[in-house]
Amino acid sequence: MTTQTVSAPARRRSIREQWNNLSRPVQWAFLLPVVVLIYFLPVLNPPLIATTGTDFPTAMFDVARYALVAIGLNVVVGQAGLLDLGYVGFFAVGAYVAALFTSPNSSLHHLPYLWTLPLAMVVTMIFGVILGTPTLRLRGDYLAIVTLGFGEIIRLVADNVGPLRGQSGFERVGTDANGTPFFANATQWYWLTITIIIVVLLLVGNLERSRVGRAWVSIREDEDVAEIMGVPVFKFKIWAFVIGAAIGGLSGALYAGKLGFVNNQSFDVITSMLFLAAVVLGGAGNKVGVLLGAVVVAYLPLRFVQLADYNYLIFGIALIILMIFRPQGLLGARQRLLARGRQAYQRLLGRGEQISGESALAADTQGGPR
Amino acid sequence: MTHSHEDTPVEGGLVAEVARMSPEELAEHEAEVAEVVAVDRDIQVEVGETLLELRDVTLKFGGLTALDSVSFGIRRGEILGLIGPNGAGKTTCFNAMTGVYRPTSGQVLLEDAPLGKATRHQITQRGIARTFQNIRLFGEMTALENVVVGTDARHKTSVLGALLRLPRHHHEEKAAVDRAMALLEFVGIADRAADKAKNLPYGYQRRLEIARAMATEPKLLCLDEPAAGFNPAEKDDLMDLIRKIRDDGFTVLLIEHDMRLVMGVTDRIVVLEFGKKIADGLPAEIRENPAVIAAYLGVPDDDAA
Repeated sequence: MTTQTVSAPARRRSIREQWNNLSRPVQWAFLLPVVVLIYFLPVLNPPLIATTGTDFPTAMFDVARYALVAIGLNVVVGQAGLLDLGYVGFFAVGAYVAALFTSPNSSLHHLPYLWTLPLAMVVTMIFGVILGTPTLRLRGDYLAIVTLGFGEIIRLVADNVGPLRGQSGFERVGTDANGTPFFANATQWYWLTITIIIVVLLLVGNLERSRVGRAWVSIREDEDVAEIMGVPVFKFKIWAFVIGAAIGGLSGALYAGKLGFVNNQSFDVITSMLFLAAVVLGGAGNKVGVLLGAVVVAYLPLRFVQLADYNYLIFGIALIILMIFRPQGLLGARQRLLARGRQAYQRLLGRGEQISGESALAADTQGGPR
Repeated sequence: MTHSHEDTPVEGGLVAEVARMSPEELAEHEAEVAEVVAVDRDIQVEVGETLLELRDVTLKFGGLTALDSVSFGIRRGEILGLIGPNGAGKTTCFNAMTGVYRPTSGQVLLEDAPLGKATRHQITQRGIARTFQNIRLFGEMTALENVVVGTDARHKTSVLGALLRLPRHHHEEKAAVDRAMALLEFVGIADRAADKAKNLPYGYQRRLEIARAMATEPKLLCLDEPAAGFNPAEKDDLMDLIRKIRDDGFTVLLIEHDMRLVMGVTDRIVVLEFGKKIADGLPAEIRENPAVIAAYLGVPDDDAA
């Protein structure tokens, strides 16, 4: 073993460790400029990053929309370990809720667009319960197949139920009674979505560092043992589904409002797979990872338009290579499950917890404080 | 790599501090830890009354009778050993108590109330916790997090409460972490609290399983072969730990193969063979019991004839 091979992973680990040992305010001080930069990306329109084929703010909104979906799907797939292949169904429900209450094509009572966001969440949560109650007794592959079916059912209902207008769809979604759209340009939609992402990230983080997050991860790790340790497994699986569904529905409603048009064409199985690809590629169970995955899945085809035709081919190959060399995704699963963990580890050991997935052997050779 | 930090008044934290303690300080600290680990009992209970009772429990898998009307009781505050040759039905018996299997006939009663159709997590909440013969920890969680999952069995924070960090969430998180830290110290693995469970050495994993089960505040703690794979010195440590657990107010049911350990630590022993109870008594009686000796050593041909 040469020194080079040893030092490379050790160095990466130490950066991560250093970051973990920074206090919360210092971490925020580092994060704040990054967040500001993210907000101003569509305005700056940086030369190398900007997309050529699509309008850049629109592309950025698409990326943000995927990121929100990935956060929601990560709750279900990454944290609770429930493989959901029909997540696009919830996305579709959210989009249709926004369409039905804001489009002049709909005979339903007209609502202000912003009201449809919480409404879309509530409706998708109900769908989450309806789908979850019978299916969450299944595990693994069986659950995956049933959820795949759910996604298709939603799409076919949109195809065939008259009031949902099939392919002709709903126009001028997100407009008020006078027909003016909610936001005039894509940058404003992007800002709204980024703000929502930050709020959702904080709330999902709260859940992760509580008995809810611990219940989810314990179910993912070993469902039987979780139950024997007193975790009401079924209840928390439903909650994972419901919360994931709400975030998916929210993203769908944003998508519908931004695009201004909803029909049955954008909710197919392939979209579901792309959502899942974002999560798996980035690293299921890692919030930063799935954000990264969403950026890869949504941004790269828009930036390199000439490659867009080979989109699925490239993703397919990339996923296969990734699964061979890094099955845990770009960033491996990683969670903090204690609201007061930082203080606890410091008090007990005088150092932070072991975050990375490296084996004990790697940690020992690296000579950490023991 | 040392990080000076305002949160760390002591270099190396509590673990290093404990290592530097004088014997008197250490005894005092251990008493404090045991105090935190001990379960709050609302009512003072009589030691010696029956805590858990199996009444004619029969369990059949198709044509196979794994348990054949087994009856015995576990008294509060005792360490009961459950022994028997391989395949005698010890673990099946365990599974019937913890709700993994439902008895085909007969009843399991905890404090005179039948477990009936209670689900597995309800049984845990009613006060039976267990460890596993083949270690089954949550590998991706740290040792501390594993134990806190156990304490969650007693928590009432709702999803909304956790989402919005309502006061009960804060209160329960603090209590849970304090108790989990004390439990890790109690079983002697606090120095690896921050490591993922899958990266812990074997002996630590076994102890972590015990800590996680104790975290659910059980009335009855069931240990399924906790000494499997241990060397004699480690077995001695484990015996001390089991006694310490009992002295802290827990009732312990122990399944074990190692006769020295069973004879050394238990107050009473129940022996199973082919799903039937063949003996029930003090360790000294069991040692002399001809049926038990026959079950373990076999019967000479001329005797059997």
